[in-house]
Amino acid sequence: MSTKTATPASQTFGQHHAPNGIKLPIYMDNHATTPMDPRVLEEMLPYFMEKFGNPASRNHPFGWAAEEAVEISRERIAKLIGATPKEIIFTSGATESDNLAIKGVAAMYREKGNHIITAVTEHKAVLDTCKHLEKYGFRVTYLPVQKNGLVDLDDLKRAIDDKTILVTIMAANNEIGVLQPIAEIGKLCRERGVIFHTDAVQAIGKVPVDVNKMNIDVASITAHKLYGPKGAGALYVRRKNPRVQIVPLIDGGGHERGMRSGTLNVPGIAGLGKACAIAQEEMAQESCKMAGLRNRLKDSIMSRLDEVYINGTMEHRLPGNLNISFAYVEGESLLMGINDIAVSSGSACTSATLEPSYVLKALGTGDDLAHSSIRFGIGRFNTEAEVDYVGDRVVETVLRLRELSPLYEMAKEGVDLKSVKWAAEAH
Amino acid sequence: MSYSDKVIDHYNNPRNVGSMDKKDSDVGTGLVGAPECGDVMKLQIKVNPQTNVIEDAKFKTFGCGSAIASSSLATEWVKGKTIDEALAIKNTEIVKELALPPVKIHCSVLAEDAIRAAIGDWKKKQESAKPLEVQAAQ
Ligand SMILES: Cc1ncc(COP(=O)(O)O)c(C=O)c1O
Ligand code: FES
Repeated sequence: MSTKTATPASQTFGQHHAPNGIKLPIYMDNHATTPMDPRVLEEMLPYFMEKFGNPASRNHPFGWAAEEAVEISRERIAKLIGATPKEIIFTSGATESDNLAIKGVAAMYREKGNHIITAVTEHKAVLDTCKHLEKYGFRVTYLPVQKNGLVDLDDLKRAIDDKTILVTIMAANNEIGVLQPIAEIGKLCRERGVIFHTDAVQAIGKVPVDVNKMNIDVASITAHKLYGPKGAGALYVRRKNPRVQIVPLIDGGGHERGMRSGTLNVPGIAGLGKACAIAQEEMAQESCKMAGLRNRLKDSIMSRLDEVYINGTMEHRLPGNLNISFAYVEGESLLMGINDIAVSSGSACTSATLEPSYVLKALGTGDDLAHSSIRFGIGRFNTEAEVDYVGDRVVETVLRLRELSPLYEMAKEGVDLKSVKWAAEAH
Repeated sequence: MSYSDKVIDHYNNPRNVGSMDKKDSDVGTGLVGAPECGDVMKLQIKVNPQTNVIEDAKFKTFGCGSAIASSSLATEWVKGKTIDEALAIKNTEIVKELALPPVKIHCSVLAEDAIRAAIGDWKKKQESAKPLEVQAAQ
């Protein structure tokens, strides 16, 4: 993730209480990871001690119990995305799933073509995998995005040529939460006979994803963005209309029908399945609640501050995501001021690279505003009282930092900051 | 990123925040950094022309907590010093005082640059304000 998370909690980790009874620090960084749902933990627990068997052990009850858990999970995941259980392969998480999807398809279809299409705002797990393939004779087109964060379908249409074997475009962006038009992309890919992979990590369980309706051929999933455990993920690989084949990354005992060897992480898999089952039941209602809280936060901030800018379209967006730039205030100093709230910033000062978020830059957001951005990720366990507290703290901190900001002062004096010749001495 | 207590203290209670009249002939203004880089510091000094002593200093900073703390500390340190003493302040002393980690060293560099820029501005004003023969006599 290029949005680096400062860990404000580290200074104040001893939990304390705000005046209105809410527990601090508040976790509002649910795109980085989500807390586990207690129901998920409960589902996992038996598979550490009592039912510790190896699902590959075919001839005793220890193995059978583990295998049963794995197959229930496979069904639950498949059901949530409209797939069949045999189309689900377990992995260690979405980084592996993205690698397996892209490298696996590239290796399998190398004879057919060597061209891959992706977008500049993808997660590093996709971008760096594509970059890796470029070293091995593949040609990669990195589609730009529009100001609203979405790829232009005409750009995609034009980019597909007779050597194109794979299009990989994420369903929902991890920084700005925008939802790419994956149904349209899937349709286009199907028409042109190109395999469509989507990193659906941030979307699954938050917004409807249906692999058939959307013509998705391969999809990456991870449990820890879905109130499940870390280190458990899956890859959906279509088995018919058309049948997609992939070359494995990991060879060995031939688990997961040869596509991913290695003894399965049974507790993690049980957790991932339960997380999907809960999402299946609760997603519709929960997404309304998330959007309500998100809009409440947005209004609380925007009604009291001028010169704040939302990054990415509000129209096609994850319900729990809000990404805002607070002009004239640097992101890390803002995080420091709200250190009882865990959020993240696209500012370079929060990262080791000294480069602000590449996702925001791809939208055409100036570096100055990228440095001023904060990502709020509202999740299942956030409350209205927390949202109100966060809104108040953000507003008071931005006001205080603007009093401290030479840029704010200059802007108020009518200086056009773009016309100033800055003597940039540092990075 | 975890911050030292001194950085947190300067961030929470920044010293000498504010602005002075740029046009005042006793005031020197330094503006360094750039918004695209995520850090801009404005540091101003008011110098007694008789003694060359910095009698007041103000700052405003757009930047991370370490940048705010570095500039806040810089205003504390230059106050009461002569121009030459202030010019001798090194960013490494700021790093040491605030216990800045390596990735934040450039924030202290910026503070040192801001001091130099403010003094440079003040010196330029003095030169252009002085009659020619006085300048020649120096
Ligand atoms: C869009 C996206 N893809 C991939 C990943 C990587 O997932 P994992 O942590 O399971 O490897 C993340 C999480 O950071 C993500 O947000
Ligand atoms: S201002 Fe960027 S790290 Fe300090």
